[in-house]
Amino acid sequence: MQTPGLRTRLVVVGHGMVGHRLLTELAEREVLDRFDVTVFGEEPRQAYDRVALSSFFDGATADDLSVVVPGFAETHGVRVVSGDAVVAIDRSAKTVTAASGEVALYDHLVLATGSSPFVPPMPGHGLPGCFVYRTIDDLEAIRDWSARDDVRTGVVIGGGLLGLEAANALRLLGLEPHVVEMAPRLMPVQLDDGASTALRNHIESLGVIVHTDARTSEIAAGPTGSVQRLVLDGADPIDAGIVVFSAGIRPRDELARGCGLAVGERGGVVVDDTMTALDDPNVSAIGEVAAIEGRCYGLVAPGYDMAAVVAARLAGATGERFVGADLSTKLKLLGVDVASFGDAFGETPRSQSIVWSDAREGVHRKLVVDVETGAVRGGMLVGDADGYQTLRLMASGDVPTPEDVRGLVAPASDGGGVAIGPDSLPDVAPVCSCENVTAGSLREAVSEGSHSIGELKSCTAAGTGCGGCLPLVTSLLNCELEKAGVEVSTALCEHFEHSRVELFGLIRFHRHGSWAEVLAAHGTGRGCEICKPVVASILASLGNGYVLEGDRAALQDTNDHALANMQRDGTYSVVPRVPGGEITPAQLIALGQIATDFELYTKITGGQRIDLFGARLEQLPAIWERVVDAGMESGHAYGKSLRTVKSCVGETWCRYGVQDSTSMAIALELRYRGLRSPHKIKMAVSGCARECAEAQSKDVGVIATEKGWNLYVAGNGGARPRHATLLATDLDDDELIRAIDRFLAYYIRTADRLQRTAGWFEELGADVPHLRGVIFDDSLGIADELDADIATHLDTYQCEWTATLEDPDRVARFVSFVNAPDAADPEIVMVSERGQLRPIRDEERGTLVSIR
Amino acid sequence: MSAAQTIHDTGAVCRLDQLSPERGAAVLIGERQVALFRIDDAHGPTVYALDHRDPFTGANVLARGIVGTTGDRWYVASPLHKQRFDLATGECLDDETIRVDVHTVNIVDAHVHVDA
Repeated sequence: MQTPGLRTRLVVVGHGMVGHRLLTELAEREVLDRFDVTVFGEEPRQAYDRVALSSFFDGATADDLSVVVPGFAETHGVRVVSGDAVVAIDRSAKTVTAASGEVALYDHLVLATGSSPFVPPMPGHGLPGCFVYRTIDDLEAIRDWSARDDVRTGVVIGGGLLGLEAANALRLLGLEPHVVEMAPRLMPVQLDDGASTALRNHIESLGVIVHTDARTSEIAAGPTGSVQRLVLDGADPIDAGIVVFSAGIRPRDELARGCGLAVGERGGVVVDDTMTALDDPNVSAIGEVAAIEGRCYGLVAPGYDMAAVVAARLAGATGERFVGADLSTKLKLLGVDVASFGDAFGETPRSQSIVWSDAREGVHRKLVVDVETGAVRGGMLVGDADGYQTLRLMASGDVPTPEDVRGLVAPASDGGGVAIGPDSLPDVAPVCSCENVTAGSLREAVSEGSHSIGELKSCTAAGTGCGGCLPLVTSLLNCELEKAGVEVSTALCEHFEHSRVELFGLIRFHRHGSWAEVLAAHGTGRGCEICKPVVASILASLGNGYVLEGDRAALQDTNDHALANMQRDGTYSVVPRVPGGEITPAQLIALGQIATDFELYTKITGGQRIDLFGARLEQLPAIWERVVDAGMESGHAYGKSLRTVKSCVGETWCRYGVQDSTSMAIALELRYRGLRSPHKIKMAVSGCARECAEAQSKDVGVIATEKGWNLYVAGNGGARPRHATLLATDLDDDELIRAIDRFLAYYIRTADRLQRTAGWFEELGADVPHLRGVIFDDSLGIADELDADIATHLDTYQCEWTATLEDPDRVARFVSFVNAPDAADPEIVMVSERGQLRPIRDEERGTLVSIR
Repeated sequence: MSAAQTIHDTGAVCRLDQLSPERGAAVLIGERQVALFRIDDAHGPTVYALDHRDPFTGANVLARGIVGTTGDRWYVASPLHKQRFDLATGECLDDETIRVDVHTVNIVDAHVHVDA
């Protein structure tokens, strides 16, 4: 397929999820350097997660949805052409021609053009106000149209999976949503009458109006010429300010037709099971545009399998085949679990079904089993998809069905449940179907040293798709660790058998107020540098006043003990709080004068405040006396607590700002200042979507919208960056503060020691619905307690430096030598550089004139 | 207390009550910087003395570390990089090739005397 010594020219048409997967599969096989790759995408943006498209209306941005790792194209030398559709293929010249006029030569061509929504050719289908639901551009157009004053109701034509997603989108846009389905029930392909009725009850309770057995005869225009109503056969018309078609998809095979490739009866490029076009070995097709045995697959998982087959073939492997697809689906539709797997309709001979139906709870679970063996063959679950992963594996024959099959059909909450040990999963059993990770590859990763969920995820990619398999991955991990004799110990150290979380609960429950009580009640020995600061932090989180009171002083790390940050030479830095980064000229002058008088090195921090370096222990009280006199207070840079709330100037000054981000940042900083937590906490507030405060790299990030604030959580910068997760949109001031209160209190209660919010949230399985549930719906029933935690903090907050300076005994601790309180450490030597002092370097000792 | 131990006394460096239990404090003895650690147990107070200088960084900071136990051994963890030093012997628990000097301490009439 290539001239010897030259690289194969690979052209991929279509840069969607499957087209991009081909590239990552090639990259993983480390063969991309054998190819000159050009990818054409007609959309203006690179591949993104079309499955999660609806989250766009939950506040996700195009960036959030991207599936392309930043820098992928540059790293691998892949040429990505976005916003330029291929319009023609010449198979004899082996070229493709793009709309821009560019002509690209290929040795091998891969068609990954996907499909397009089918728009039924009914009268009025092209009126202004009619849309499809496929791309980010479509969604933006739907959003803009829905914002018109005269648009109050929306109709989705098609009651399948995507149609219901579209109906939810219209609901989130504030319209009255209608769904019109020709079949007698919703999701007719996946669900039977009973399951569909349960689903219908759920979504009707959310305000979606469902019309089944409904045939649209016409979409009628109003006086402005845009859509006004839907005319139905034999039923009343429905008012409609907007119509969204979701009546199925058609493979985009027009390029293939244009160059004479065979297409299937129902469309799609005809390929064999190696994904090679039947009549041209130099052309492959993958994803929704590929037709195998006349069938196209409209799901992403089979598309990924096809991409892997082609990547293997291009890498030189033979024998890779597409062996058919697992069409199981599990998703949350408008908050309702819906799953369908295996032979869901009992179409195989000698099968019968067992049904659990609880209309009160809206739960409908059906299992199809073999009449003779009782083995699970398939099923459908609505309202409670507990056990889905394992049931799916039973249906595929990868795990045996237990004796009591009836026990499987009831949900766990009703005494049923699928209690199958992860140990009984065979190595070939697929655990993560999005990323095609088997139990065997997970076990291998564990044996090679991946001993946490985070490590397993980055090593195998399991759970990085829909995340539905994470509970199973977790239990498999724990099982493997136990078998390997790896102690899954959560003990803090040799003095406490408890984890930080358990200790937090114990101290809170018993209302311990001192180290001695905690050690006597729960520990052994005398403590160490691990457990002492943990207990000090928990006691402080629970509002026990001055952090150096009583026996708690001895627990603190040196920074907390000196209320300053120790530097490499044993001197300290002084960081006054500058809430929101806003500082008056008088305060700036005061800090400048203090730094001048004490000869402190001065630098601006990343958190928009001012760090004064080079203070000796015995100088700290005198320096802080001056800082407090200038109207400033402790910045808690020394503590595991809130650092800063960074902000931009917002609408007060900025021509783009839509909210007063500075005032909000100051309010947040004053609210959470001094709050002791498992690790430091950083926040930021941006006044508009331009995000100048970089809120999405913070533990708590707030971004202004026209209507309020979007709340992001669990972001991180530093060595292990994590893009923050969107938790809620368009909150008003009070809603925002309450949500942050609960987020922080929940984190403080449940995180491990020295675990930032990012690591904590990953360990929770990055489970956004769970966190939203805890914060907004009180799903754990602890919202009152979380609110009370923050109320206690607000009641007991004090500036630790003000409290220190008020008490001569406290001030007396700040000496370098207890027998020479006025003496400085004579070995601290500073030299001058760029007009300021810095510590002498070892190699400079004895060679430079010391300044002090 | 034997005569030999008191001959080299430099005189008291501080009162016992100037030292907090399980929290170090530094004293200056001539040009020597010494870290003192007071540990109270059923037998009463004991004071240990080590060089104040952290051998890993050269900074005079050991008195400002957290004091802890492993088994029956008391140690201080350096506040800079957390290496642990046995209070009784000066041995580094994390690197057996490293040791800091220890000094004999006597408590006389609630005053602390260090043989440095």
